[in-house]
Amino acid sequence: MIEINNVSKAYGAFQVLTDCTTQVAKGEVVVVCGPSGSGKSTLIKTINGLEPIQKGEILVNGTNVCNPKTNLSKLRSKVGMVFQHFELFPHLTITENLTLGQIKVLGRSKDEATDKGLKLLERVGLKTQADKHPGQLSGGQQQRVAIARALSMDPVAMLFDEPTSALDPEMINEVLDVMVELAREGMTMMCVTHEMGFAKKVAHRVIFMDEGRILEDTPKDEFFGNVDQRTDRAKQFLSRILHH
Amino acid sequence: MAYEFDFSLINPANMKVLGEGMVVSLEITLTGVLVGIVWGSILAMMRLSSVRPLSWFAEAYVTVCRSIPLVMVLLWFFLIVPQLLQKTFNLSAATDLRMTSSLIAFSLFEAAYCSEIIRAGIQGVSRGQLFAAQALGMHYGQVMHLVILPQAFRNMLPLLLMQGIILFQDTSLVYVSALADFFGRAYDIGERDGRTVDMLLFAGLVYFVICFFASRVVKRLHKKAFI
Repeated sequence: MIEINNVSKAYGAFQVLTDCTTQVAKGEVVVVCGPSGSGKSTLIKTINGLEPIQKGEILVNGTNVCNPKTNLSKLRSKVGMVFQHFELFPHLTITENLTLGQIKVLGRSKDEATDKGLKLLERVGLKTQADKHPGQLSGGQQQRVAIARALSMDPVAMLFDEPTSALDPEMINEVLDVMVELAREGMTMMCVTHEMGFAKKVAHRVIFMDEGRILEDTPKDEFFGNVDQRTDRAKQFLSRILHH
Repeated sequence: MAYEFDFSLINPANMKVLGEGMVVSLEITLTGVLVGIVWGSILAMMRLSSVRPLSWFAEAYVTVCRSIPLVMVLLWFFLIVPQLLQKTFNLSAATDLRMTSSLIAFSLFEAAYCSEIIRAGIQGVSRGQLFAAQALGMHYGQVMHLVILPQAFRNMLPLLLMQGIILFQDTSLVYVSALADFFGRAYDIGERDGRTVDMLLFAGLVYFVICFFASRVVKRLHKKAFI
């Protein structure tokens, strides 16, 4: 589904990604973790072309993201993305947030889009909030709406860029619950997150990054079960985030 | 030493003439603001575009407009545009194009100022919004039109309205082309009756009252928009 081959990227002299290679199969859930500044967010943004790359190639559903001839808008409409800071459109109501892409990008009728949007809103448990504006919702609620917005486009895969990092602790679970449910339904997912509980529960593989390189790309049970086999950097990272 | 203001000047006949002048002033202001916002938005997007020639053009345009006194631009347009239009459209030399040339000059000049306000407004919308809109599959035009510009305009509306108020005051500069706006009419009446000072004081008071209340309204809007 997603293939990342030898991807490198630099901002001027600063190397953000170095020779990253990995893939996500259909129905697979891959968690990407690592210290901040390790390039996780940049890597996930290269998948739908939000961050251009200088070397390597990325294939999504067989389409080359880096080919200048690729219709990037069309490709992005098939890949859902959820951001750290939600990024709902503050000038629109929740319903409008959920229907804008469906109507303007997919060409659905307003009724069809609203119908679909409200169903997804119910699924994330926020049907009563349909007419509010994003600013009136809590962070956890906004993030659930953002997930519903991404799902409204019927994506073939979902990308999550630290979806719970900006949330108050008591709101993290309501968002993770939605993500766990999604994973169990067989959605192809790539998640940048530090929520190791989520990774243990639903991930198939865990990728560990540091300084722009993929240091580990390991099946979940191996990653958490066989800690002695991990690289020193990963051990250090895990010991820091697991024992607090 | 008290100055005796001649209140008899404030009579219906004079008010009618002044009213006609005010219509001209408002017409120029409104056109300037509307065209300024539309052309200014385009200039702002050109300036922010990654296509080099476009951003250079917009930058040069804005720099030139901001470095030349408005009254000079008006005079140039007054001298050049009528001839140009007369030649292009085969109009007789008697056709009065002062209004047209003033409208064009003000609109083009205003666009330069608006574009800077709009550019700041666009840049004030977070990059995440751009990413979110793009991630939904919108192309650049949709991203701007549906997501970025509505938010940018909401943030910069007070500034644009303030700019409109400044423009309203600047319309008095059309006196260089002898166009009968509010200020021009007031001056004419004063000259005719030998009471120039009185009429100019009165005109100044009218400008003050209008601009004062308009800015109060804008301030209120500003407070509302940022709550």
